[in-house]
Amino acid sequence: MVFSESTRTEGSEASAARERGDVGLGARRPDQDGTAARAVGVWKVYGSGESEVVALRDVDVEIATGRFTAIMGASGSGKSTLMHCLAGLDETTRGEVFVGDTKLTGLSDSKLTRLRRDRIGFVFQQFNLLPTLTAEENIRLPLDIAGRRPDTEWLATIVKTMRLEDRLGHRPAHLSGGEQQRVACARALATRPAVIFADEPTGNLDSRSSTEILGFLRDSVRDHGQTIVMVTHDPKAASYADRVLFLSDGRIVGEILQPTTEQILDRLKGLDATGDGPEAAPLHGEGAL
Amino acid sequence: MVRATMKSLLSHKLRMLSSALAVVLGVMAVSGALVLTDTLSRSYKAMFSTAFDNTDVAVSGVPKVDAGYYGAPATVPASLVDRLGRVPGASRVVGTVGTVDGARVVGKDGKVVTSFGAPRFGVNWTGEDPYVNLQAGRGPQADDEVAINGGLAKSTGYQVGDRIDVLTLQPRQTFTVVGVFGYYGNRDSLAGETMVAFTTPAAQRLLLGTPNVFTAVNVTRAPGVTQQQLRDRIVAELGSQYRVKTGQELAAESGQQLDEGLKFFNYILLGFAFVALFVGVFLILNTFSIIVAQRMRELALMRAVGASRVQIVASVEAEAAVVGVVASVVGFGVGVGVGRLLAWMYATFLGGGVALAPLEVPLSAVYGSFAVGVLVTMVAALLPALRAARIPPVAAMREAATADRPLTRITVAGAAVTLAGGGTLWAGLTGHAGQGNSLVALLIGLLLVLTGAAMLTPSLARPVVPVLGAVFANWTPGRLGGRNSARNPRRTAVTASALMVGIALITGISVVLTSVTVSMNHILDKQMHADLVIAGEQSGPLPPTFDAEVLDRTRAVPGVAEVVGVYADTGLVNGGQTTIAAITDSTAMHEMFGMTAKEGTLDGLGAGQLVVDEKTAQSLGVHAGDTVRVQLSKGEASTYTITGVYSQTPGVIGWVTAQAEAANFRIDQPTKAFIEASKGASVTALKTQIAALLVDSPEVSVTDRSGYVQQQTRSLDTVLAMMQMLLALSIIIALLGIVNTLALSVIERTRELGLLRAIGLRRRQLMSMIGVESTVIAVFGALLGVVLGVALGAATARGLRDQGFTTIGLPWAQLLTYLALGAIVGVIASVVPAIRAARLNVLAAITYE
Repeated sequence: MVFSESTRTEGSEASAARERGDVGLGARRPDQDGTAARAVGVWKVYGSGESEVVALRDVDVEIATGRFTAIMGASGSGKSTLMHCLAGLDETTRGEVFVGDTKLTGLSDSKLTRLRRDRIGFVFQQFNLLPTLTAEENIRLPLDIAGRRPDTEWLATIVKTMRLEDRLGHRPAHLSGGEQQRVACARALATRPAVIFADEPTGNLDSRSSTEILGFLRDSVRDHGQTIVMVTHDPKAASYADRVLFLSDGRIVGEILQPTTEQILDRLKGLDATGDGPEAAPLHGEGAL
Repeated sequence: MVRATMKSLLSHKLRMLSSALAVVLGVMAVSGALVLTDTLSRSYKAMFSTAFDNTDVAVSGVPKVDAGYYGAPATVPASLVDRLGRVPGASRVVGTVGTVDGARVVGKDGKVVTSFGAPRFGVNWTGEDPYVNLQAGRGPQADDEVAINGGLAKSTGYQVGDRIDVLTLQPRQTFTVVGVFGYYGNRDSLAGETMVAFTTPAAQRLLLGTPNVFTAVNVTRAPGVTQQQLRDRIVAELGSQYRVKTGQELAAESGQQLDEGLKFFNYILLGFAFVALFVGVFLILNTFSIIVAQRMRELALMRAVGASRVQIVASVEAEAAVVGVVASVVGFGVGVGVGRLLAWMYATFLGGGVALAPLEVPLSAVYGSFAVGVLVTMVAALLPALRAARIPPVAAMREAATADRPLTRITVAGAAVTLAGGGTLWAGLTGHAGQGNSLVALLIGLLLVLTGAAMLTPSLARPVVPVLGAVFANWTPGRLGGRNSARNPRRTAVTASALMVGIALITGISVVLTSVTVSMNHILDKQMHADLVIAGEQSGPLPPTFDAEVLDRTRAVPGVAEVVGVYADTGLVNGGQTTIAAITDSTAMHEMFGMTAKEGTLDGLGAGQLVVDEKTAQSLGVHAGDTVRVQLSKGEASTYTITGVYSQTPGVIGWVTAQAEAANFRIDQPTKAFIEASKGASVTALKTQIAALLVDSPEVSVTDRSGYVQQQTRSLDTVLAMMQMLLALSIIIALLGIVNTLALSVIERTRELGLLRAIGLRRRQLMSMIGVESTVIAVFGALLGVVLGVALGAATARGLRDQGFTTIGLPWAQLLTYLALGAIVGVIASVVPAIRAARLNVLAAITYE
């Protein structure tokens, strides 16, 4: 089962160029025939023997370049595990994961770290920011860690887009929840990564802030060709994506392109009806999600 | 969640372990010190009781000037031997001569043989007995023959037939070694001492300076007479003119003297144990504060379901008691082992292989260890326990908000305590605390100052720590680490305070010692016009001396303008014990030292005449022209005239008389000489020429002024090194405290660390970050310690200005070393927490709760 819009598996020149970080600022529509990340026959099994829990069963997935992909499923469906595997935070038990052309499987910790630093952006549900750093320092942190000279024009653009101009000198403790998530988004965008993984980015926000964040994410895909993968259980959030993947019991069980909230809700009801219920197999590793 | 709880529990255990370790180290020091001194005391007493086995009754004289270990020995006339021989019940009567450091041997390398503080006895040879036996050769029969003990033979390599040079009351003389002797049980020495045995006439002349006298007469009893009976008969015969003691009494007396010496040793060791425990208090305080903060919800819940405040305090204190007891048990056990080991090392390497008494644990060590260990832990946990009791029940329902409490109260209290401590310290230093209270005032003042300063550290941490952290601001891991160190000023402050204490003490000591050297240089530069000084370093009861002929020969060296030779003795002036100097040329002396006459004249000092400084004169209420009664080490007391009173000068102090009086000094040899060169003469050339004159006086050397100061203050370096070694313990404990704080921070910030790793911080960068945090905390502590130490040291030097501290000297190199030491401590402390942090699984860390 390959749930992919694209039939091409090799990264296009456009995505390769983006991985090098030389995408122009222009609001052009990017090519959509590249693959930013993919999983091939991925299994993830926790424990062994009787206590064995299968989180992912032979998952194949391709994340299209320059698109906003949402991964949905009930808790325990394996959606977070899949994201962690794709982002190089977790190892697969079997199968292979690629970011661009780079095979993550078997990479050393230091190479994985560098890959995360240079080519992946993260937005987590909470605790996204370092309390000791100002908003601006948090945004620049991945660049500082890498010792890269920041592209000030690009940073200014991000800050402006995220409407953070007045908040740059503040520490996270003095920012609202929505502002904190905007800083986290800005940080993820700062390095112009090949993929941004967002893990329930609006899970802790009120609906106004949520709308704002989701709008920003969608805009960055539309305006800057950013590739985003978002894990969520909120159908409304997922409706901002170009494409929604449904996970249940460690398998991909469906997808919707250009979804609406109603379509997603219908599909989720359908999943419940199959008895492949969300609470059927609570999986390990879902702690914070 | 279960896993997280387990993890937290485990880390909690580790944290307990490291704060318990602080108590373990402190208790170890206490029990170690007590076991060490107890073992040494019992070992030496056993040796003494054997040493006096052969003596039933000893008769000795009453010293004219009782200066103890440093004084001249009292003598008894040789005729006493015959008189005692006639006492019924006396079987063997032997006159003995023996003086501590009376015979210093010149080794084959030309240097005077030292014995690490053990005495270098000179004795008369009284033949073999059950106690002393010859290992080789025979006893001395001619006055140029000696026998030496096995210890001396082994350490110097002198054998029977060798020529050996010995310094006594007389200048260097050459003897032939005719015998090597040992003691019962095939021992070469009893406790590392060296011994040279002369013929009796030679011993009397060389060791006592008077023919036909002994230091003691030993009497062995006939069968059927007890020691006490014999003693009583002898007392009846001689009256109260002599000291008559049984062997048992002498053994007990020696044991008592030894205990006095060891007591001092014990106080020093216990002092450092105290410092270690004081530092440990900070560690325990921090640990319990953190535990209480983490358990806030749990404690609030307990309050909500009806636990009283007292119960909360009791529960925290109970935990502290458990930690205290466990740590005391371990510390006590380790301390007994360490004390025993140190006693063995002392006996083997310094004590010349004294036989160690079997292991016994003094009760004081048991009581001391447990009282100290449990009390310290419980007292340190009291503040956190009281804080726990103040947690309102409603906190159970709230998100644990650890609001940054204002530092005003602790800062004001800290300032008050520091001031009170400073005042007490000052009173102790300047003698305002009253007679005999000075030391107590000093210690209490020091304790208060250290405590007060520790209370001030949180408010200092706020402005200072970010500045220290800013050093690393241009390096991302460094910047992160620097910011982390400034996150919790209280925690950083308590952690740094632990390091501050040890470094403040050692810095203070360094400053005082440096001030001694600087002041001495200052005084000599201003007051002393001598270009060269002949002197040596005193290592035992006798000052280093040289042949009086050297003075005349030096005077004859072309280019030498003036020479003042100084002799020294301990005598009585109007009944009060004091040092009395004799000089060869009073006119030259007062010119050389810039002395001015306040009353009378300082010129032409002759026999039977004295000059004295104005303070001493004032305290005795005497003036120029008055007379005083003077008793020197030898001869009879007589009346002297004060011909002059000199104005106070830092270079010279006390009574000065003419050289002629030195004949009645214990040693009729000069101890120092001050030399002034003629105008235009090369001091360097003179130094070389004079050095050549000192070939036969190996105890002294000729130096220029700065060399003289160096020589006279060399022993201070040893003092400093010892203090540094002992304070190392407190620095180790402070290091543990930093490890503890960091380990805790790592756990608290797990999620943050996970985030950093997720967005690309590499392991090495993460470790650097923690290293910087640690270094900033440690350098902060070291900086506080250095500043506080300089203040304490300078205040001490200032308070003792009347005692000759004219200048305050700062040992810059040492101060920088201590700061660097802080940085090193920081780096070392970060290793384990950094490795733990680097090993965190990124995913587990992000999702950690």
